[in-house]
Order: sequence, then C-alpha cells, then structure tokens
Amino acid sequence: MTGPIKPEKHGPKKDMPRQKMKEQDPLERIANFYEVPYGFSEDQALNEAARCLRCKDPKCVAGCPVNVNIPWFMKLVAEGRFLDAAKKIKENSLLPAVCGRVCRQEDQCEKLCLRGKKGKPVSIGNLERFVADYEREYGEIQAPELPKWTGKKIAVVGSGPAGLTAAGDLIKMGHKVTIFEALHEPGGVLMYGIPEFRLPKKIVEAEIEYLAKMGVEIVLNAVIGKLHTVDELLEKGFDAVFVGTGAGLPVFTKIPGENLVGVYSANEYLTRVNLMRAYKFPEYDTPVLRGRKIAVIGGGNTALDSARTAIRLCPEEVTVIYRRSSEEMPARTEEVRHGGEEGVKFMFLTAPVRFIGDRNGRLEAMELVRTELSSPDETGRRRAVPVAGSEFRVEVDIAIIAIGNDVNPLISATTSDISTGRCGTITADPATGMTSKKGVFAGGDIVRGGATVILAMGDGRRAASAIHNYVTGK
Amino acid sequence: MFEITEKVRLSHTVALFRIKAPGIAVKRKAGQFVILRLNKHGERIPLTIVDSDTTEGTITIIVQEVGKTTGMLGAMEKGDSILDVVGPLGRPTEIERFGTCVCVGGGIGTAPVYPIAKALKEAGNKVISVIGARSKDLLTYEKEMEGASDQIFVATDDGSYGHHGFVTQIVQRLIDEGSPLNIVFAIGPLPMMRAVCDVTRPHAIRTIVSLNPVMVDGTGMCGACRVTIGGKNRFVCVDGPEFDGHEVDFEELIRRNRSYFNEEKMALEELTYHEGPRCYERAG
Repeated sequence: MTGPIKPEKHGPKKDMPRQKMKEQDPLERIANFYEVPYGFSEDQALNEAARCLRCKDPKCVAGCPVNVNIPWFMKLVAEGRFLDAAKKIKENSLLPAVCGRVCRQEDQCEKLCLRGKKGKPVSIGNLERFVADYEREYGEIQAPELPKWTGKKIAVVGSGPAGLTAAGDLIKMGHKVTIFEALHEPGGVLMYGIPEFRLPKKIVEAEIEYLAKMGVEIVLNAVIGKLHTVDELLEKGFDAVFVGTGAGLPVFTKIPGENLVGVYSANEYLTRVNLMRAYKFPEYDTPVLRGRKIAVIGGGNTALDSARTAIRLCPEEVTVIYRRSSEEMPARTEEVRHGGEEGVKFMFLTAPVRFIGDRNGRLEAMELVRTELSSPDETGRRRAVPVAGSEFRVEVDIAIIAIGNDVNPLISATTSDISTGRCGTITADPATGMTSKKGVFAGGDIVRGGATVILAMGDGRRAASAIHNYVTGK
Repeated sequence: MFEITEKVRLSHTVALFRIKAPGIAVKRKAGQFVILRLNKHGERIPLTIVDSDTTEGTITIIVQEVGKTTGMLGAMEKGDSILDVVGPLGRPTEIERFGTCVCVGGGIGTAPVYPIAKALKEAGNKVISVIGARSKDLLTYEKEMEGASDQIFVATDDGSYGHHGFVTQIVQRLIDEGSPLNIVFAIGPLPMMRAVCDVTRPHAIRTIVSLNPVMVDGTGMCGACRVTIGGKNRFVCVDGPEFDGHEVDFEELIRRNRSYFNEEKMALEELTYHEGPRCYERAG
C-alpha cells in the first residue's frame, strides 16, 4: 500500500454533510458510566470518508503529531476496506482506538482540513475511531511477524501512551522489551485518568493485550526509583531505558482549608473512580465521597473529566469554577458541550479564596471571588485579576482541584547524571528523546510537563527509533 | 501474586504475615512501607515493612483487623496469595549515630518501630525502648524489641503487665531522671504519637513519628496522604512516612483519617452480612 493514490471511480462527494455520531441521551447517561458517543455506522463512515478531497498536499497530515497518512486511510474507508484502513493508521499510530477518542482533532488534523475552510472539516477523529473499533470487533488482530532478536534488551518505565508506543515500536524492530509499571494495571493515564465514559477501559486493555501478544513483557507493581533504579536496570543487562513516567504530581491551590475532608485533587478523585472503580463501591472496596454540591476548580480536560464523573455520582449540583472566561478554557469544546448537556454548571471569571469547614473538619462552603481579565501580556495570555470586594460564599461539600500537575521527581532524584529542567522535567532532545545520561531516553509528560496523549505517543515513537539506532550502533 | 509463607497470630485482632516478595526484601530499609491489594475488587492499603529475610526472599508485615480489608487479610492463611504488593515505598529512616535513642511503640506500632531500633543499635546507638498496649494480650514484639534494646520498659493501660499507665509517663520519667536523650522515635496510634510529642517538646528533644494516612497510589500521584508539616503541605507517601513530630498537624490528620468512616463501616457491615462474623471475633 505505497505509491500515489489512484483516482477513484467516484470523486469526493462535495455535497455530503458532515456525519453526526449518535450519542447516549444525556438523561440516561448521567446514570451510568458507559461511553457517550456510539460511533459511526458503516454507512456513516462511507459517507464521511467520501467527503475527503484527497488533497495532493494534505495539510491534515502535517497537523497530526504522528503524521498519519490521512488521505490514504480516507480512501480505504470510502472503498469499504475498513481493516486495511486500520492497518494504514497503525503504520504511524499504535493506539488509534484511543486517539480517535481523546485526541484534540479540532486543533490538529481537522483544523487544517481544506473542507473546513468552507463548511465543516472531515470528521477524521471519528473515522479513526470507527476503523479501530471495526478492526477490534471484526478483524483478526494478529501479532505481526517479528524480526530475529537483535540480542538487545530495552526497559520501558511507565505504561502510558509514551511507554506503550515506544514498547510497540521497539519490539517490532526485534528487541526484547520489558515495561515496568508502578500501578497494578498498565495504561497509565489512560487507565487512572480518563474516565470510562470517554475511553472505555476494555479498549486500553485490548491495546495492551496486543503488545503482550507481540511479546512485550509487562511487570506490574514495579516502582522504578524504589524497587530498581534506572542505573540498576542498565547494570542488570538492559541496553537502553526509555522513561515515560508522566506528570503525576498534583498541584494544589495553596489557599486555606485545602486539607479539609472533601477536598480532592483531580488525580485522587479520578484514580479512585477509574482505576479503583469507586463508582461500583461497595462491590469494589475503594470508596469516594459522593457529596451533594460539588465544585471543580480548573478549566482543562481534567476539570471536565472530574465534573462529568461527579455528575454521574452526584446528580444534584456540579459546578466548574474557572478564573478566566469560556473563551480561554483549555478543555475541548466537545467535553464542555457534553458536560453542559449532562447538567454541569459553569462559573466563569471566578477564583477560589478559601475552603471553609464544619466542626468536624469537613468541607461545607467555599469563599470565591470574581475576577476580570487583564489586557494580554507579551505572551498574549490574559491574567485573571481578582476584583476587590467581590468575595462571596457558596455551599460546597466536595471540591475537586484540577489546576494541573507537576512531574514526579522519583526518577530524576534516583538516577545518576540525568539533567532536569525547570519544574523538575527530564531534559531530552526533542528529536531523539536522548537525555544527558548515556542509554537513557525520555518522552511524554515527564519531558513536556503536561501535554497530550498524541504528543506523548509521538515522543515514544521518535525515542524508539533513536534507541534502535543507539543499541545497534547506527 | 505474592504468596503468604507464614502467618502468626499475635493477638485476637493482630496477625503477622511473611510474604514472598524477593525484590522488595532486598531493597527495603527500616521505615519503609508497602501498599497491598488483596484481590481484583480490593482497595490499596499501606502497611509498614517490619522485617525482611533476603535468603527466604520474604518481607514481614503486621496487620490489625479494624475494617473490611484488614479483616479479610487477617483471615488469610499460609499458602494464600495477595494479588498486589508494591514497594518499598517512602523514605527510609535516617539512621545515624545519635547517642541515646528512645524507641516508643504503642499497640501494633511496636512492630514498625522494631526495625528502627534494630538499625539504631547496629549503628552503635544506645537504645532505650518503651512499648505499651491496652493490655498484656495486645502487646506485640516484646521479645524482638528486647533483643534490639539496651533497656526496655513496658506499660499497659490496664496494668495487666509492666507499668500501669501510658508509655508517655515512662518517657516523661526518663526525661525527669535527667538522662540525656538525643532523639525519640515514636510509632503508634495518632493520639499516642501526639502525646509523646507533647512530652518531648518542652525539652526540645527531636521526636520522629511515622504517619499512616489514607493512601491510594503511594507514589505521589494522588495527594490523598497530604498532611500539614510545619505549615507546609507534604505527601506522606513520598516525603515521609517519618516526620518531625513537633511539626505535624495531628488534629488535621486525625480528621482526615476519618474521611471514610461511614463508607468503611458500610463495607464492613456488608462483609459481615455476607460472610458472617469474622473469625477473629470468635477466635482468641
């Protein structure tokens, strides 16, 4: 499947409207954790793929951090060759079922789609999801034939998107790969962070199973920096180490009352619900406080994930409190829309001042303050400035803080000769992932300090090819 | 899976387990802990590593049956397996040549203070141990502590053994007798550790306590275990578990440890409903 795209019997269907994915009714879905969009039907996929103009100079490909050959895969979908289309994507992306769901297509491939100039762009993300789901359901996902073992062993630390991608690529290049995961389930943020209703866990499990089928060894409950250090991995016979441990250190607001019972970091709240299945308590042993009035602080995807999780556990009142306006909100439009449909309220231009507790140290209220936006600074960002005297009090019994993550210093603190940047990120060459320590490569949020699944995957891919060159002496 | 190679019942609610975990056994140092999860539906709970045997490849933990998970663990036997054991987590105890050290253990806190006493002794310190429990049958690790100490004092709340009263009274007496105490390590229930800190504070005797808050991942990812230390927010799982006791906000920690009081009660009631009263309530 290489070479130029042959002309099709029927040209692109210019009049075809962008296909809409069916979704679970909001009133129904707030009572469950099932996925919200149902996915395209085969007809919808054919219609949508027919909208692609097969541009000679496809801007969409340049907009994709892993450069999936989008026009090729569109053509294959339009011809009904769904399994071939899935294979085509997998040449560049290890996790299409995941990326089709959680990638910010509206800011990447779809943003640059020519059809978007006059009307709506091709629904690339939904089609990616469709073919990946189709393959999982109908295709025989066979482990590809692997080249002869090169005699090299690679350790991958962390099983999130960066680590999984690196592992997948490295094993296909003929190396032995062992993934070390600190938690009891592999998948990293895909398992503990992103909720079931946005990314069903069985999809992540299937992707990991595929890696295991190819021969990737996955060691769970292995905290690198504690059980083994990176130095020890190199001494124990690994020829190279890829570090993809993510940015998993929650940032708190540092305002009074933050340690009251009922105040959660988004990481804790989501980990309890997603990884530990607290939404099924007491069938599962880990509890999460349900509450009546929930405030989520922050405006990113994690804030929306928390709010939408909360409304499923406590349908009474969930409010997202964001210090800037809806314009500046970093969360995906789709997430905000889904949240709104489900009854999540939004309070913009508002910042928390303090958490107020009752006699037993449980959260009962919050003091908030109105903010206004300053004129844009040199970076173009508008700061949120509190308006003096505008403080007010709201009743809140659960607060979820979703204002970002720092990187976990565990690896950098226990690895010799590894350089770190500001905020403790590991310094790595953007083109190769190579760190200051010989044989150690890094990628994803541990280097970027908080980015996206697809960027982490891109890092994993680049590092894998650099590791291959390094261990084979190229 | 991590196999239980030995179980010893220490009292009707306390049991000791040796668990096959060779990697952790080699790496662990005094003061560190593991997080374990019994089964697929289980929660993750932190437990201090009391001892390890590198030839056998085992670690020793002690569990007091207070809720559903600890109750289920207490009902497990030799040959059973625990699904997940992760560690060693937390920072090890800072062992130095301090001079005279007092190791205070309350209730099952005596077990985790034992590896510290042992390490202090090996480092050439004079170790005075003060251990206590509500009554004689709840006293654990007396023999082991004896072996690791130059001097040992025992207290029971009900006077059934040793000094009739609290460990704090013995610590106070040691201070009053004027013997120079360079450092105190205290592990036990939060009110006990707070009380020890209250006794040592006026004399500015450095007092290290080991905290056991609610945790989820144990690697710094969730912040469930945060506690105010000297006015700053710290994570017990990665910054601790040991801290300068004079700086710990015990009130806050006690409140935070009660976060899931209702849920824990419900889980335990449900377990009792399905499986009948736990065996530990009948045994002993």
